[in-house]
Amino acid sequence: MEEKVLFELGSVHRDNMRVKGYYFGSGEHSVCIVGATRGNEIQQVYICSKLISVFEQLEITGKIREGKSIMVIPCVNPHSMNIGKRFWSTDNTDINRMFPGYCLGETTQRIADGVFSNVSDYEYGIQFASFYMQGSFIPHVRMMKTGFEDTELAKDFGLPYVYRRKAKPYDTTTLNYNWQIWGTKAFSIYTNATDSIDDDSASEAVNAVLNFLNKHDIIEYDCHEGYISRLIEGSELVNVKNETAGFFIRRAGVNSRVRKGDILAEITDPYTGRILEEIKSPVNGIVFFHAGQPVIYSNTPLYRIIPTGVPSVPVR
Amino acid sequence: MVQVVASVGLPIDESLMIKKNRLVPENGLSGNEKRISIVTGTHGDELEGQYVCYELQRRIKENYSRLTGIVDVYPALNPLGIDSITRGIPAFDLDMNRLFPGSENGSMPEYIASKIISDLSGSAAVIDIHASNIFLEEIPQVRINELSKETLIPLAKKLNMDYIWVHSAATVLESTLAYSLNVIGTPTLVVEMGVGMRITKKYGDQLVDGIFSLMKELGIWNGEIITPKEPIISEDGEVSFINAGNSGVFVPAVEHWKNVKKGDHIGDILDPLTGEINETIHSETDGIVFTLREYPIVSEGSLIARILS
Repeated sequence: MEEKVLFELGSVHRDNMRVKGYYFGSGEHSVCIVGATRGNEIQQVYICSKLISVFEQLEITGKIREGKSIMVIPCVNPHSMNIGKRFWSTDNTDINRMFPGYCLGETTQRIADGVFSNVSDYEYGIQFASFYMQGSFIPHVRMMKTGFEDTELAKDFGLPYVYRRKAKPYDTTTLNYNWQIWGTKAFSIYTNATDSIDDDSASEAVNAVLNFLNKHDIIEYDCHEGYISRLIEGSELVNVKNETAGFFIRRAGVNSRVRKGDILAEITDPYTGRILEEIKSPVNGIVFFHAGQPVIYSNTPLYRIIPTGVPSVPVR
Repeated sequence: MVQVVASVGLPIDESLMIKKNRLVPENGLSGNEKRISIVTGTHGDELEGQYVCYELQRRIKENYSRLTGIVDVYPALNPLGIDSITRGIPAFDLDMNRLFPGSENGSMPEYIASKIISDLSGSAAVIDIHASNIFLEEIPQVRINELSKETLIPLAKKLNMDYIWVHSAATVLESTLAYSLNVIGTPTLVVEMGVGMRITKKYGDQLVDGIFSLMKELGIWNGEIITPKEPIISEDGEVSFINAGNSGVFVPAVEHWKNVKKGDHIGDILDPLTGEINETIHSETDGIVFTLREYPIVSEGSLIARILS
C-alpha cells in the first residue's frame, strides 16, 4: 500500500487540508474508489476504511492481479468533516457540484480539479454517495442516463437493485457524470446510512465492491455472488406523500413488502398526539426508500415503492 | 392585495408561505393589462432586493393613478432562509436557484419551485433581484444568458444598471429560475448588485428608477420616469478573473468600480500570525474593477476581483 497526498490546500488559521489516495497493486489504472465528498458522509469514509484494510491484506497475499491497480480516496473534504458541516467549510459550496474542476478557479473548483486529475483515467470509478434528504434506501447501484451508462455491468456488484434515472442539469457537475463523460465506467453505491455508521450495510457495500472486482479479474477473492440485480427506472417508482405535517411515525421499513391499502406510516399532531393522517400504500410493492426525519413537512415524498403488480404477503 | 402562492405545513405549528403583493390599477382590470413581477430572496443572505420591493411600492402608491398594469412583488422566495440568515433552504441545505422548474410531486423545495414558476409564468417581464453573496461586492448589473440575449438586452437597457454581462450558456445553469422562465417564454432579467447581508440604498434607488422605466416601456406605468443610464454591455471574453493564490486576510488597495491599469496594485493577502505578506496581487489587464472581494478571509482560489477590459 502506498499513501499519497493528491491535493493539498493551505489555510490561514487551520492545518492544511490534504486529500489522500491509497494505492494497491501496479500497472493499469483499473479501479478508483471515492468515499466522502461531503462533510457528513461518515458511513462513506467508514466503508473506504474497511476496503483499504481488505486491499492491504490482498496485496500482502498477492491477490491483486498482475498489472492491475486500485486507488481509494476515503475523503475529499476533511475540513468540512472535522467541523460537522455537509458542504465546503467557508462558502458552503458542494464539491460534488464542481467537477471536472478548474485549477485556476475558486477553491472548491480547485479541490475538484485536484481530485479529478488523479482519477479520470481509471477504467472503473466507484463512488459512495449520499442523498440530499435524510432517509434509508435498499442498497443499490445508482446510475444516471448519460448515454454512456452500462446497467448490465452494474449488476456485477450483486446488490439487489440497479437504479437508473434521468440526468438533470445540476447533475452535470458531479463526479459520477464527469467520470462517464471522460470514459470511466462509473457507479454510485448507496447504502443505509450517511452521518452515522451502519456496520451491516457497510459490509454489504464492501462485499459488493469485492464481488465486482473479483468478477472483473482485478482481485482474487472468494465471496458470495450476491443478488441477481434487477434494473429499475426512476420513472417506475411510486411516490407516496403526506398532506399534513407533524411527527412521522413509520410503520413500514425499507425492503418491506406491502399491499395496496397497507398503512405505511402515521402523521401525528406533535402537541396532542392525535393521528392526523394515515399514509397508505397506493400499490402492491416493495419499499425502496423511506424518509428519515422524525418531524416532517407536508407534501414530502415519504416513501418510494417499487410496484410488483401482484399482492404479496407482507414481511415486516 | 397579499396572496399566497405556495403553502407547506411545517411540523410544529407553522406554515411556510410564499407570498406576493399584487398592485392593480385604481379603476380595476380590463383583462388586457400587462404584468411585471419583481422577485427576490431566493438566497436567504441576499437582502438588496428587500429595499427595492418596499421602495417600488411606496413610489407607486404615491402616484397610484399612474399605474396602468399589474405589479406583483414577491419579496421572499426562501422565507426560512431569510429568517435564519441561511443562503440555501434550511433543513435541506439546497441552493434554491438550482431546483427550477421544480416538480409538483417532488420534495418541499421542488414543490415550491414549481408553484413559483406557474405563478410567474405569463408575466411581461420578471426581475429576479440578487445581491451577490457575503464574499463579493458587485456593481449594479444585469446578467443575461447568451441564449436569450436578443429578447433580453432591449429590456435590460431600460433598467438603469451600470453594466450588462452576457455570459455563456452552461448546462448547470438550466436549473435557475431565470433560465426556466426564459425557456417557457417569460422574459426574466437577473439583477446582481451590492453585497450579501447588506442593503446599499443608492443601488436600490437606481434599480427602482430603472423598473419604472421598464414599466413605462411595457405600458404598466404612465407617470414620470428618468432616462436610464447607457450601460456597458460585454460578453465573457472581456471579463478577467483574479483568484487568490494563497490563503490569508485580503486587504484591498483599490476601490470598487474604479479603473485600473495593467500592473496596478489590487491588494495584499496578509498572514496575521507571522506579520508577513503572503501574496501581493496586481492587475493583469487594463479595465474596471466591477467585482471586488468584500469578505477578508481567503483560501487558495477565492475570487478577489473581476475586471472588465
